[in-house]
Amino acid sequence: MSTQTGSAWVEGSGSRLAKYNIFKRLNWGRFSVIAVPMLWLAVFFFIPFLVVFKISLSETAIAVPPYTALLDWNLDEAFINLKLNLGNYLFLFEDSFYIDAYLSSIKIAAISTVLTLLIAFPIAYMIARSKPTTRALLLSLVILPFWTSFLLRVYAWMGFLKKNGLINEFLLSTGIIDQPLIMLQTDFAVYIGIVYTYLPFMVLPLYSALEKMDITLLEAAEDLGSKPATSFFLITVPMAMPGIIAGCMLVFIPAVGEFVIPALLGGSDTLMIGRVLWDEFFLNRDWPMASAVAVVMLIVLVLPIMMIRNSQGKEEAV
Amino acid sequence: MKRRSLFLNTTATMGFIFLYAPMIALVVYSFNKSKLVTVWGGWSLKWYGELFRNDQIIDAALLSFKIAFISASVAVVLGTMAGFVLSRFRRFRGKMLLAGWVSAPLVMPEVITGLSLLLLFVAMEGAFGWPAGRGTSTIIIAHVTFCMAYVAVIVQSRLSQLDETLEEAAMDLGAKPSSLFFLVTLPLIMPAVISGWLLSFTMSLDDLVIASFVSGPGNSTLPMVIFSKVRLGVSPEVNALATLMIAVVAIGVTAAMYQMRRQAKLLEKQG
Repeated sequence: MSTQTGSAWVEGSGSRLAKYNIFKRLNWGRFSVIAVPMLWLAVFFFIPFLVVFKISLSETAIAVPPYTALLDWNLDEAFINLKLNLGNYLFLFEDSFYIDAYLSSIKIAAISTVLTLLIAFPIAYMIARSKPTTRALLLSLVILPFWTSFLLRVYAWMGFLKKNGLINEFLLSTGIIDQPLIMLQTDFAVYIGIVYTYLPFMVLPLYSALEKMDITLLEAAEDLGSKPATSFFLITVPMAMPGIIAGCMLVFIPAVGEFVIPALLGGSDTLMIGRVLWDEFFLNRDWPMASAVAVVMLIVLVLPIMMIRNSQGKEEAV
Repeated sequence: MKRRSLFLNTTATMGFIFLYAPMIALVVYSFNKSKLVTVWGGWSLKWYGELFRNDQIIDAALLSFKIAFISASVAVVLGTMAGFVLSRFRRFRGKMLLAGWVSAPLVMPEVITGLSLLLLFVAMEGAFGWPAGRGTSTIIIAHVTFCMAYVAVIVQSRLSQLDETLEEAAMDLGAKPSSLFFLVTLPLIMPAVISGWLLSFTMSLDDLVIASFVSGPGNSTLPMVIFSKVRLGVSPEVNALATLMIAVVAIGVTAAMYQMRRQAKLLEKQG
């Protein structure tokens, strides 16, 4: 009732012109508030992908920039020449090096994602079940590393995993091993690096899912004779599923294209597609090939995102 | 019940040790006198002195701070606009598209973002002559693009938790859309805007991959210098630098937590 009188008062006091002005300004303002971020993202996020796609269809050339033009035209002689080069893609699928790199990236990212989930789950569960005061402290302990440099956190593991690093020194001095373990520059180090740097991305969505969970469900299950393990898999895990999916997505997708971690912690035989793209671009200076690698990586990654989105949509609809 | 919580606490504590042990080691070894990182040569501030005498690192740090400051400030404006549009505007054509464009940079592998922006800049230079060459401005554009996505997500989630009745009341009392936003909505979402700025600042300061693609010669940012040093092995100067950065973050987060606690207590008293 009060809101109605309020708006009636506004309408009554303003002349038709004033109302028209407000109306106009509102629409113009509304338009620009939408248009500015949209235009920025269109130019600097969306169009770049089209450019990448375009250049993936050109050939390398010794020129500045180092690729050939797709479209050649000369209006005086009246010709337009469109030249699409699928060679980069053919090469990508012929040379097992690239396919191996894609598969090994997916494998490394998938294993790391599962490991991250296994480590993050108890942390998130403990935080969600703790007292509100300690909860805030524990949450910020999880987030704090996220605020420090990613590069330096990866670097910190180099000092830990080296042949004469802290872990080996400790194990040697306690006599558990008598030869230093080779850990740095192995796939193992890459797993550790990914798990370590992406852990907060997994803990936070898990926490927010577990926090909403009604604990009386577990009590009811226990009263009805359910074993803790059974209740965990039949109640806790399904309730946490949205968090599990979101967390896994936030870890898996960037991990597939990861460059810094394999470059610093991985060995020369650790094949990851982000590193291949980097070398293709910075070492071989083959921009079209780097673009083709990026396009295929994008296709590989877009599919899981779509599938996950669809499954979530279905769950909400039911 | 008790046994289960013991198991839970042990694994979670091990998780926290896993998170913090490498950083603590880094901090301790930054005070190591010896150049050999594993041999303890006694306490010393030697590497901090070396760090501040290293012009390459200092110049790169200044450049990175400048880029991070500008990028975060632009990103916070654009990101707040995007977050506001996504949570407060009714359906319009392109809303789904905007939502997709805002969330995609969050998971996009950095090598793809970096390469695609570089190719865009090269194509734009060929077509319009701008940007002429690559350097600070192209890094800033790239950083704004991925930072605004983080700001938009933070602002959007804050707005969705917010009670809309305050804004409705202001609207009913005849507030113009612009004053409604600046006098009512913006103060309410200020904590989200500030944390969006801080997050953008740290992400920009930290970015290696995207900056490597879009920077020009002679425009090495701090992460690029660190990476080239670290690639060859552990460096005591980098340990010192890392310790300083960890200290700044720890102080900042502690201060923010203290402030939040005080506010929560004030609210409790009022309530």
